[in-house]
Amino acid sequence: MTQSTSGASEDVTLGASPTEQSAVKRNRRLDGLFEHTTRGFALLVLLLLGTIMMSLVISGWPALSEFGWHFFTEDRWAANLDRFGALPAIYGTLVTSGIAIAIAVPVSMGIAIFLTEKCPAALRRPLGTTVELLAGVPSIIYGMWGVEVLAPFLQSHFPTIFPAGTGLATAGLILAVMIIPFITAITRDVMLTVPPMVRESAYGLGCTTWEVTRSVIFPSVKGGLVGGVILGLGRALGETMAVTFVIGNNLFFNPTVTGQGTSIAALIANQFPEADGLQRSALLALGLMLFVITFIVLAIARVMLNRMDRRAPK
Amino acid sequence: MLKNVAATLVTSTLVLGSASAMAADTITGAGATFPYPVYSQWADAYQDATGVGLNYQAIGSGGGIKQITARTVTFGASDAPMKPSELKENNLVQWPQIMGGVVPVVNVPGIDGTKIKLDGETLAKIYMGEISNWNDDAIAKLNPDMDLPDTRITPVYRAEGSGTNFLFTHYLAQVSSDFANNVGEGKSVAWPAGVGAKANAGVANQVAGTPGGIGYVEYAYAHQNNLKVAQLENKSGNFVTAGIESFKAAASNADWKNADGLYLVLTDQPGGQSWPIVGASFILMHTDVQNPQAAKQALKFFDWAYKNGNDAATKLDYVPIPDNVSSMIRQDVWSQIKSQGGEQVWTK
Repeated sequence: MTQSTSGASEDVTLGASPTEQSAVKRNRRLDGLFEHTTRGFALLVLLLLGTIMMSLVISGWPALSEFGWHFFTEDRWAANLDRFGALPAIYGTLVTSGIAIAIAVPVSMGIAIFLTEKCPAALRRPLGTTVELLAGVPSIIYGMWGVEVLAPFLQSHFPTIFPAGTGLATAGLILAVMIIPFITAITRDVMLTVPPMVRESAYGLGCTTWEVTRSVIFPSVKGGLVGGVILGLGRALGETMAVTFVIGNNLFFNPTVTGQGTSIAALIANQFPEADGLQRSALLALGLMLFVITFIVLAIARVMLNRMDRRAPK
Repeated sequence: MLKNVAATLVTSTLVLGSASAMAADTITGAGATFPYPVYSQWADAYQDATGVGLNYQAIGSGGGIKQITARTVTFGASDAPMKPSELKENNLVQWPQIMGGVVPVVNVPGIDGTKIKLDGETLAKIYMGEISNWNDDAIAKLNPDMDLPDTRITPVYRAEGSGTNFLFTHYLAQVSSDFANNVGEGKSVAWPAGVGAKANAGVANQVAGTPGGIGYVEYAYAHQNNLKVAQLENKSGNFVTAGIESFKAAASNADWKNADGLYLVLTDQPGGQSWPIVGASFILMHTDVQNPQAAKQALKFFDWAYKNGNDAATKLDYVPIPDNVSSMIRQDVWSQIKSQGGEQVWTK
């Protein structure tokens, strides 16, 4: 309606009565207002992101300029010696998130496929609600479960791999449990958007459930699937409380998967309250690193999606 | 509608007002977890006696220094003394309020941990990851009659900045040059091996739950959690057991009178019975206080603690500050605490 009248309402009235004309004008004003407001909100997000980034760069700059590349190659985070290396924390963040994604993606996909394709109707709702409830459990609860149940369990059953129960792998396991409901809920929702007719036709041609899922459903919703995984990964990268409980908090770089380490978020949580001077600046620079890592992950996901789109048969 | 809003505003201001009136009867402080057991006992007794409460947040010495520097609390507490130059820079004074011992706690399967003997060098090597099994030759040599198991050692340490860390690393750096050069002393250090746990209680829990674990905590935490405290070799070459007697022996070396800014760390002290890791816990206050009443209330509490708190402290295996030292503190240190108008806060 706005489109048909825009630009022409001043000279061409098309036989509309004055009341109709004023209604059209009012609608146009409202429409403009709506557009400006929503654009303002969208720009606000950009502005917010920009200022957060800026303030991190500004406050992290003393440390970054002091250490230069050593900030990324130094093997320890030793506040007493003013030697701050981000390597242990970056390594721990990537390893724990990697473990979490490696476990969570197949499991979540499995749950989602079962819920949408195979699940008896009577079970579908209770199971779906349970998954959603799991997504709502606060992270501190997972942390307590990790330190009270999971870590002692790992320690008593695999004492040679987990001598203390805590470590990067334990944190990865906890993170996997935390992000499974997220990825599952999103995967299920996007899979349900595939029209039943498409699905039924494929079954009608004699496809197995796996073939339908793999060749019909997944290709048509891959954007949503990647989105779900990215959301889960984002949570894993930034998760603080639960990870601090079980990661072992070792600030020395050890190329280990099951041993103790630290993550960016856990290190900041442990040291920020009492940090000042160079240590505070180094911690803020570390926060900037987390930001950058998240950006890189998002960018990789974008590139992957674009590539899949290009390869897909038209 | 408006009337309702106004009514809510009025009542909430009233509630807030009464809350701040109540707050005037509470002393606020933050810092070290090491003296927390004794401070909380004193606080209970003091509240019964005077009606004034103490809100002490045991967030670690690093946090305590940070909070008092930011003036968000009336006093800060730290187990690591601040250097005289740092004190001057921040307009702070410090004094020792209580002394106590840091002890190594062990969890060795099949062995009574209280019988295990360790020396500083071995302890440093364990924490540097160079000794990784309980049946290592270095430990076996110190404990010839013991059948040590082939269990992996899991060193447990404090993850956050803490005064207990400072005392422990200060001691290890004194007795092992390797440790001093590679790890160094401080409230927050990067340990080459082991597990970081939160606060004294976290370390106690982690050691209790880890076969082969070793950790260090303030003695009261070891006592409360029934942890096994290993014996340590002191400067004179004797193996001593942790407890009030050996803490007192080490504390008797303290020469507070000649310590500039009362900067004094009591690790590796001479004396046949001295426990090697003893430290004082310090209170920090501003010399130019913004709220003289609050400061005075805090000083009254510390005065009361010096006079009436010794029994409670001794029961928890802390070493009280001797009377001659506390009267020196009242005279020389508290007299420096002034309101911003320049009036002395502490008047006898």
